Amino acid sequence: MHREDFPFLKTGLIYFDNGATSLKPKVVLDSMQEYYEKYCANIHRGDYGISYRASEIYEETREVCKNFIGASSKEEIIFTSGATQSLNQIIFGFFKKYLKKGDEVLITKAEHASLLLPFLILEKEIGIHLVYVPLSKDYTLHYESVLQAVTAKTKVVAISGISNVVGDRRPLHEIGMLCKEKGLIFLVDGAQSVPHEKTNVVEDHIDFLAFSGHKMLGPTGIGVLYGRKELLEKMEPLQYGGDMNQSFSSSGEVSIKSVPFRFEAGTPPIAEVIGLKSAIQYLMKIGMENIQSHEANLKKYLVEQLKKYPQIEVYNANVNGGNVIFNIRDVFSQDAAIYLDHFGICTRAGTHCAKALKEELPVQNTVRISFYFYNTKEEVDKLLQALSKSDTLYDVIL
Amino acid sequence: MDQEFKRELILENYQHPFHRGLKGEEDGYLVKNTNNESCIDNLDISLKIEKGRIIDATFDGEACAISTSATSILLRKLVGLSIEEAKELVENYEKMIEEEDYDQEKMGELLAYQDIYLQPNRKTCALLPANAVSEIMKQLKKQ
Ligand SMILES: Cc1ncc(COP(=O)(O)O)c(C=O)c1O
Repeated sequence: MHREDFPFLKTGLIYFDNGATSLKPKVVLDSMQEYYEKYCANIHRGDYGISYRASEIYEETREVCKNFIGASSKEEIIFTSGATQSLNQIIFGFFKKYLKKGDEVLITKAEHASLLLPFLILEKEIGIHLVYVPLSKDYTLHYESVLQAVTAKTKVVAISGISNVVGDRRPLHEIGMLCKEKGLIFLVDGAQSVPHEKTNVVEDHIDFLAFSGHKMLGPTGIGVLYGRKELLEKMEPLQYGGDMNQSFSSSGEVSIKSVPFRFEAGTPPIAEVIGLKSAIQYLMKIGMENIQSHEANLKKYLVEQLKKYPQIEVYNANVNGGNVIFNIRDVFSQDAAIYLDHFGICTRAGTHCAKALKEELPVQNTVRISFYFYNTKEEVDKLLQALSKSDTLYDVIL
Repeated sequence: MDQEFKRELILENYQHPFHRGLKGEEDGYLVKNTNNESCIDNLDISLKIEKGRIIDATFDGEACAISTSATSILLRKLVGLSIEEAKELVENYEKMIEEEDYDQEKMGELLAYQDIYLQPNRKTCALLPANAVSEIMKQLKKQ
């Protein structure tokens, strides 16, 4: 779908590493170029037309983000440098004060380092307890397992919307309802889910959400932190400086701006915010449901075809989503990825930043194919063709 | 060394490596983990040193064809060498990988990695065992 919108695709490369970052459509690149060429100015500062225009588009992006994830107000949208910064801000700016020794956080071993690691640090610092909700046999997370893991000490459920290795779509609505009923805070790492499925923070009772622009057609260096207004009021900034303060004096009196501005210290990535706006508008035009079903179809096709390849082992065949993780029998995943690179096929090998997951999977490292809507059946056929000749792998890579 | 021979040497040492099966500190070995930051190879390498000479070497872990085979070949060459000779060998090997002047005579089977610079992203794989051995040497110096 919509391949003509992506200049990168003219390279002829087959890009199957969308879980790492996505390609960018021309509209996104143009919108950023236009800012630099036509109204390059800082925001919230100058008394001249182009600064006003930049500020306006910057604030419009908040509104677009709000609509995209179904938030109640645009004050609940904070711009960050990416999902990683959003998660660190939430965990060290909010949970560090909110949680007390002995409180339990429900999480899984399939989570990305950017969610798990800050909580591991907090576990050491203040003595909270991370409880790993068991994954099912196919490494996915089921609602019942979350339900069973809740105790009187549970305060938070922190999971990704779609896990980045196995790629399972988590039952966010049910878990959100559970959190609401039990008074738990629901933190969703949306880095993989927001680009690939419809998100609605109000309907799903999500209290905090983090995601990155670059995985959803936007530029690098921009991400979003969503939080319910009431919680954001209690969150503390981790960075102080220009643009986030109301006033201060040398005697130490500091008054900070209101939410969300107090969390956006310094000159923000203005061009990137503008690019994010174009990216989201573009995604909304295509429709998240269409994106999701296209990816699911590609996966179904690939998995079905791979059944004919006895040398390929797929680890998440029946998982509903847009990721396929596999290995070529007796071949180290990195060698497999290097082999595919010789055919112009970009994939990723490794643990994919979910290093605790290796405690659950039968293998440490896998090759990951992660689709986006611009991938095609023809590209999958080329992958299959390359894999069909995998007995020549070492002749190709050595 | 022709391309076909190099490939066979690498493959043979990958699929049936020498010195596989880690022996640890309890057996008097010095151990180093080589967790490559830019890729996913993860090997443990250990050396047993007595009277200034490497008398045995072992390794284990999960890694690609290049780093596993290079470990096999390098460890095989190291056993029997004095610390000084070992250092020299490792340095010479590193120079070869980094395209600097090196002594071809001393490389033996390690010449299989002579052209690895043609695939720059694989240089770190080839250097993995060399880095670990150098680290162990440094450890030795401190003791
Ligand atoms: C599930 C998940 N969370 C968080 C992140 C971190 O995103 P970023 O590197 O853009 O901050 C990623 C990126 O790989 C991810 O897949």
